[in-house]
Amino acid sequence: MLRLGSYLKKYSIWILFAIALIYTQAQFDLALPDYMAKIVDVGISKSGIEHSIPTAIRASEFDKIKLFLDEDTNRIVEDSYILLDRESLSTEDYDKYVAKYPILANEPIYKLNTKVKEIEEIDLELGKAIMIVGQMSAGEMPGLSMAELPEGMTIFDAMAVMPAEQRKEMLSGIEEKLALIPEAAITSVSANYLAAEYETIGLNIKSIQNSYLFKTGGIMTIISLLSLLVTIIASLIFSRIAAGVSLRMRSNIFSKVEHFSGTEFDKFSTASLITRTTNDVQQVQLVIVMLRLIIYAPILGVGGIIRVSSTNSSMVWIIALAVVTMLILVASLFSVAIPKFKKIQKLVDKVNLVTRESLIGIMVIRAFNTQKHEEKRFDDVNQELTKTNLFVHRAMSLMMPMMTIVMNGTSILIVWFGAKQIDAGGLQIGSMVAFIQYAMQIIMSFLMLSMVFIMVPRASVSANRIFEILDTKPTIKDPEKANHFSNNNKGLIEFKNVSFSYPGAEESVLKDITFTAQPGKTTAFIGSTGSGKSTLINLIPRFYDISKGELLVDGENVKNVTQHELREKIGYVPQKGLLFSGTIASNLRYANENATDEDLEKAADIAQATEFIRTKPEGYETEIAEGGTNVSGGQKQRLSIARALVKKPEIYIFDDSFSALDFKTDAELRKALKAETGNSTKLIVAQRISTIIDADQIIVLDEGEIVGIGTHKELLNTCEVYKEIAYSQLSKEELA
Amino acid sequence: MEDNKAKNPRRQQQGPFGGGPMGGMGAGEKAKNFKATMVKLGGYLKPFTLQIIVVLIFAIGSTVFTIVGPKILAKATNKLAEGITAKMSGVVGAGIDFGFIAKILIMLAVIYAVSVVFMFIQSYVMAGVSQKITYNFRKQIDEKINKMPLKYFDTMSHGEILSRITNDVDTISQSLSQSMTQIITSITALIGIIIMMLSISPTLTGITVLVLPISMILIMIVVKKSQKFFSQRQEYLGKVNGHIEEMYGGHIVMKAFNGEEKSIEQFEVLNNKLYGSTWKAEFLSGLMMPLMMFVGNLGYVVVTIMGGWLVVKGNIKIGDIQAFIQYVRSFNQPIAQTAQMANVLQSTAAAAERVFEFLGQEEEIEDVVNGADISNIKGTVEFKDVSFGYNEDKIIINNFSAKIKPGQKVAIVGPTGAGKTTMVKLLMRFYDVNSGAILVDGHDIREYKRDDLRSQFGMVLQDTWLYNGTIRENIRYGNLNATDDEIKAASKSAHAHHFIKTLPDGYDLILNEEASNVSQGQKQLLTIARAILSDPKILILDEATSSVDTRTEIFIQKAMENLMSGRTSFIIAHRLSTIRDADLILVMNDGDIVEQGSHEELIGANGFYASLYNSQFSTSEE
Repeated sequence: MLRLGSYLKKYSIWILFAIALIYTQAQFDLALPDYMAKIVDVGISKSGIEHSIPTAIRASEFDKIKLFLDEDTNRIVEDSYILLDRESLSTEDYDKYVAKYPILANEPIYKLNTKVKEIEEIDLELGKAIMIVGQMSAGEMPGLSMAELPEGMTIFDAMAVMPAEQRKEMLSGIEEKLALIPEAAITSVSANYLAAEYETIGLNIKSIQNSYLFKTGGIMTIISLLSLLVTIIASLIFSRIAAGVSLRMRSNIFSKVEHFSGTEFDKFSTASLITRTTNDVQQVQLVIVMLRLIIYAPILGVGGIIRVSSTNSSMVWIIALAVVTMLILVASLFSVAIPKFKKIQKLVDKVNLVTRESLIGIMVIRAFNTQKHEEKRFDDVNQELTKTNLFVHRAMSLMMPMMTIVMNGTSILIVWFGAKQIDAGGLQIGSMVAFIQYAMQIIMSFLMLSMVFIMVPRASVSANRIFEILDTKPTIKDPEKANHFSNNNKGLIEFKNVSFSYPGAEESVLKDITFTAQPGKTTAFIGSTGSGKSTLINLIPRFYDISKGELLVDGENVKNVTQHELREKIGYVPQKGLLFSGTIASNLRYANENATDEDLEKAADIAQATEFIRTKPEGYETEIAEGGTNVSGGQKQRLSIARALVKKPEIYIFDDSFSALDFKTDAELRKALKAETGNSTKLIVAQRISTIIDADQIIVLDEGEIVGIGTHKELLNTCEVYKEIAYSQLSKEELA
Repeated sequence: MEDNKAKNPRRQQQGPFGGGPMGGMGAGEKAKNFKATMVKLGGYLKPFTLQIIVVLIFAIGSTVFTIVGPKILAKATNKLAEGITAKMSGVVGAGIDFGFIAKILIMLAVIYAVSVVFMFIQSYVMAGVSQKITYNFRKQIDEKINKMPLKYFDTMSHGEILSRITNDVDTISQSLSQSMTQIITSITALIGIIIMMLSISPTLTGITVLVLPISMILIMIVVKKSQKFFSQRQEYLGKVNGHIEEMYGGHIVMKAFNGEEKSIEQFEVLNNKLYGSTWKAEFLSGLMMPLMMFVGNLGYVVVTIMGGWLVVKGNIKIGDIQAFIQYVRSFNQPIAQTAQMANVLQSTAAAAERVFEFLGQEEEIEDVVNGADISNIKGTVEFKDVSFGYNEDKIIINNFSAKIKPGQKVAIVGPTGAGKTTMVKLLMRFYDVNSGAILVDGHDIREYKRDDLRSQFGMVLQDTWLYNGTIRENIRYGNLNATDDEIKAASKSAHAHHFIKTLPDGYDLILNEEASNVSQGQKQLLTIARAILSDPKILILDEATSSVDTRTEIFIQKAMENLMSGRTSFIIAHRLSTIRDADLILVMNDGDIVEQGSHEELIGANGFYASLYNSQFSTSEE
């Protein structure tokens, strides 16, 4: 799985960029609940007043507040506010300000002369002072006896004239009490105070509130838009990466496999190679597409946890509990369900198998009247499949309820414990609602991750299967310095003490084979199944390399020329008539792209294929379906013979190519072949004696060894094995 | 190395997780008659009316309870807000009413619990219903196979039938177990949510509902666009996979003709096209989530701002905003589900239609009620002016007549594709003659019950059909009531006993799926043993021509001789010795019987048979 990295490397810059985008997206997504909290807590509860720093305040009130500020804060305040009154302003300015702050007509006010942000550090100090002033004005500052004050004198007047020492002492007493009050409560009280103050000044509190609501809402809209944009770009990048990786992977596998020899095909099996190139690549692509989620989920989860614990750490345990519960539930559910998933796959295959069997054997079944028996067999698998399916479905129907319980349980817990904290002043309602949202985001991200971890092992198996192919070195390679065939010999094949065994096999398939096949002559091979006759002729085009001895074509060792040059000489007809999708003409031209129509017709004639091609309305342009399923076995065979003929090669190899033909066609074809391929070397593997009866040289193989070489007549007298085969097929008179 | 290479490994690519992400977005196919099919499908649900009513009640119940949740939670939040505001503004003795909140939360917990239990009961019951229906469908299709005339299978590939039994039935099962309840819950949820929202604030609801079309339009656009690329991707994926299968399957030919470069070149072209459509399809379907999220966020923002504004105005309370946000969020899912519903329903109807079409196919003509007595059959077979064609308008056998006495051997010969198996199919009544009649012991075969008739026939074909079971079970197939001793006796007579004894588990060896753990010749012997066990009066044999080694070949000949003794036999003959020994030779060409007679007669006639016979040695006689 890790080796997938080599494929992703090419995209590393893009991936880094995408990670940055996803990080941004997660931040945006995490910011939203915060803004929502602000709308509720500031916009609604505090009339849109976010800070305890007043933008404008009556001088009389501000003086009171200043009494409760320490020196440092006071200095900052002095620097940040300007006093507006009739005297200090020009008439023009004065009128302007009065329009804005109507109270200015009656008394002077202080106006904030800088940005709130600049002096945010004094926010809390001011808040505390405002709280004290507010409560003192309401006459309920505990610990201070109002009764001691002279008539007509407020506590503020008293404090203003108080010696500095005494004031400090008094303040530190208040400070102690304030320290116990949570910040949320302080800001909330000061906001109420300021709202009242602004109203007194003549400011429109409603418009302040509305502008706050719309500003915050605007930010939220922009954030969601940006988040959308970022997500789209990230998803664009990842879809291209995923498709790109599978493109390259598929392409690498394919060209690798195209250069495999028979040995590698035997090692993997064709079916497995196909699944690896198609299905396994698909699986890997699926996970790469999910990379976006794999990256997003933890960032969101961790980001959410950080945000939550920085604002309110005392309720994090609820989230932890929810996540752990959910992971346990998911894990236990899937540990029960996944083995069953595998079983279902097997049972579906079994249903297919039984059905396929009863379709293929339909005549046998009806002949033996065993329909009921077949129905019972099917019913057994069907019932088991249904039972397993039902179990899995029912187990999976727990999934949704479980998730709902975790989610809703979390909300309920948060509301209950949140309420306690709100009561204590440590939390505001909006923040609590935001907390619920964060909790949901975190739980969801862990849920996503756990799903990913169910998918990844599957893809990992696929990736390993892919790399198994890519790591395989083809056993048959071209020589580094290739020889070339001389023009003197045309199609001379010499086997000199050749042995062959499949890799890893103890027993040799072919032992000490020596013979020569002459140009212009027919060499036939016969022997029972497993005697090695097909293996032998497949050595000539170097589909396999020999293990011992020497195999020469035109005097050159086949290992010393390129595979391309060697195969140029050979016209090969496989055991089964293998055709490719396309037309009859395109299949014949597969041997030689430049063949003329006349060439094709001639080849078809020799191969006895003209007759059936003529019966097709489209003639040579008749479509051949994938795998040649729309022509019969005999027709396929004849077309693949014609294909080899189009090539006009020096060597013909017929690997049991005549068995699908009836005697008559077989005979006529051989007759035509003999007349038309005069100078070529012909190698024929056959099952039927009649096919090879007139060969120039018959080689009889038994268990990988040559047990006889000669003509039909010679062998009948000298070779026991040959005689046995012959008598099993023809009567004595026919053989005579 | 010689055989089983070009096996077509194309299989149903269905993982346990269904069709991957956004599986429902693939280009759906349309049913020809949507309404009729759905009505018919409804008929299949009828026996489960009670269960389905339960499912409906619980689905609606569960949805309703889920939807009520946020509104109740809002009460708690409102109480909380009231309490804290009062406390902040300094009302004496004010505070949060924890008693009330606790009551609300407990109530909420109960509601959620009930909703969850409902949810579970609903899907539990529905799983049972859908699996039962799926089971029935599969069973019916399988049983249907045995009732259909063989003719049907000439035009229908095995793959198509298999795909009905697995893919189509699975599609139906999926939509029954998920989509059906989803339709109900989605609609209930949509209505419920709107009601709840209206009850909180009509103004806010109005504004929210305005946002919905945006989400609908966005989803529609994405679904439509991506469908195009999905079908394009599917098409190229098919082409790429097709090329891979073809080239790997024909690897040797490709190599022999130096086709590597050409093949890779072709592959690259297809692969690049696949890349283009893949990333576009993937990208567009990937857009779905963020778009939904954006619309969700938009709704969220709108609700927060407008809600905030309404709270300030005093129309609603803070908790209501919270509830509203929850409602807006849960609005998206049912909408997305409803948007895809049309596709799901269409593909369900298409799948159901295919299944119904199969189930509705014509069955074999009914047997006669009182079949002629079959118990003492001797084995006389007579063809009386038989004419037959696979198609009514293309008669291939014209007015054929012949009479075969009990115990005689009939050889059927002719070139490849001459229609030799047609005779077999007619004799066993896999097909009925168009005119004339085939008589067995003087009775038209249509006067027998099919089962009775076939029980008198034994059949050994070239495609040895054995199934994935033990050797004993496979032989017993000839007579399901046979004892082990009888099986052994039959095997001995078929020269199979000896090799069976040498196999790892003997008679209990399980033949694997391809039955490749016994050789072709051995399979042939097993089918002969099977035929011997069935002890038929009339035999149909197909001589092996290929892939059998010499020694087994001799065994097969001997076994066949044992089998034929005293039985009327029809032999699709390849071996000249068999043909020459036959009592009657039927020579076939292009589907018709062109000559009949003994070997000597036919050679003497110097017709088609003579030329066929002589061609075998023509080249050697030159």
